[in-house]
Amino acid sequence: MDIAGTEELKRTPLHAAHLRAGARMVPFGGWDMPVQYAGVRAEHTAVRERAGVFDVSHMGEFRLTGPGALAFLQHVTTNDVSKLKPGRAHYNWLPNEAGGLVDDIYVYRVADEEFLLVVNASNIAKDWAHLQSQLPSSGVEMIDESAATALLAVQGPQAEALLQGVTDVDLGAQKKNAYFQASMFGLPVWLARTGYTGEDGFEVFAASEHAERLWDGLLALGIVPAGLGARDTLRLEAGFPLYGHEFSDSIHPLSSGYGWVVKDKLHLGHEHIRLPSTQKLIGLRLERVPVREGYPVKLGGVVVGHVTSGTSSPTLGYPIAAALVEAHAAHAEQFAVEVRGRDHEATRVEMPFYKRL
Amino acid sequence: MSTPTDRQYASSHEWIKEDGDVSVVGITDFAQDQLGDVVYVELPEVGRVVSAGETVAVVESVKTASDIYAPASGEITEVNDALSASPEKINEGALDGGWLFKMRVDTLSSELMDAASYEAANG
Repeated sequence: MDIAGTEELKRTPLHAAHLRAGARMVPFGGWDMPVQYAGVRAEHTAVRERAGVFDVSHMGEFRLTGPGALAFLQHVTTNDVSKLKPGRAHYNWLPNEAGGLVDDIYVYRVADEEFLLVVNASNIAKDWAHLQSQLPSSGVEMIDESAATALLAVQGPQAEALLQGVTDVDLGAQKKNAYFQASMFGLPVWLARTGYTGEDGFEVFAASEHAERLWDGLLALGIVPAGLGARDTLRLEAGFPLYGHEFSDSIHPLSSGYGWVVKDKLHLGHEHIRLPSTQKLIGLRLERVPVREGYPVKLGGVVVGHVTSGTSSPTLGYPIAAALVEAHAAHAEQFAVEVRGRDHEATRVEMPFYKRL
Repeated sequence: MSTPTDRQYASSHEWIKEDGDVSVVGITDFAQDQLGDVVYVELPEVGRVVSAGETVAVVESVKTASDIYAPASGEITEVNDALSASPEKINEGALDGGWLFKMRVDTLSSELMDAASYEAANG
């Protein structure tokens, strides 16, 4: 078997804390990140049943301020940012001019004329250049706060109860996608009731120099450190797309079934994004053999697409996959996935594969 | 990491150990630890004749699929059928109960290491 080596990689403010917690570090989008601590399954189960914490400080944060900030975001994103009140956040897309996605992002409205964008780690430089190229000559100031910002995701059914004991804000009163200032362990933070696991939870924005004290405090509460491995199995079970897999510069984003992210407004690339997608993202279930990104998906012996993400689902106990297939084939029930030269039956199932009741 | 001295090791993290007139092959403790939770194992057909270095099996963790290379030329004589129902046996005991297959060895790979060299390479 092959085990990857290491290269010159960026580190989050929690790098030393990960090593202390026994993490296995791997390169991810140019960063040296924890893929697992105790093990993917144990961490996955902790998040589904109790609470886990992820270091997502590698993600990028851009702050936009000024009288032109809203109009600028309306131009460069597909969702309707004018509907976002201060103290609220939403999922959004950065379209390119050809109808693909530069990135999928989260937008937080801090105040009438102030917004925070959270972007994928591997896309920070690309997103920054793209946004700079669209920036008007006046009225909007954009600052890259990625290096100065730590971001922790506390996820799981016990997240609220555990965090309540160390936070000065009534968390029960905060709805999904709320974004608010708080004090946690006596440190200034911003919290958002958001996540990427299919569970309830909060994301904690803090200055990088406070990251270790927050992390150590959360672990002392019994919150389990969880790595990128569990983050990927959790998000795939919950049916969340991941940039670079289900989305890219060239994949038509409406193939994902996330059409609600595109609102009726004029924005960059709007004439292309509104065209019907010739591909569709579907969910597949296999009996035994896990399937991975890139494996061919067949219908009646003919290749109609490929797997975009696949894993063995820790919650469900069988392999699951997302696959991008030709739209005409997307309603079939039985497919085959070619694994190392052999076809294995795959049944189409609805996504999300898992939903908390 | 446990690296017993009763067998030989490949740089690609397989071990091979004589067992009567055949040899047993598995992955190392280091390898199972790196892989994490093993969820699926694909084993060769009994009777298949393989060359040293050829891909003969696949071990899949939650995260990834890893090829297993034959540490010797020869013929596959038996596979560990228990792994199809319980692939986690590899995590529980990569060096014993989690063995992958047995083979009748014609020629060992010329690049095998002893335990000390393997440990030095993966310290």
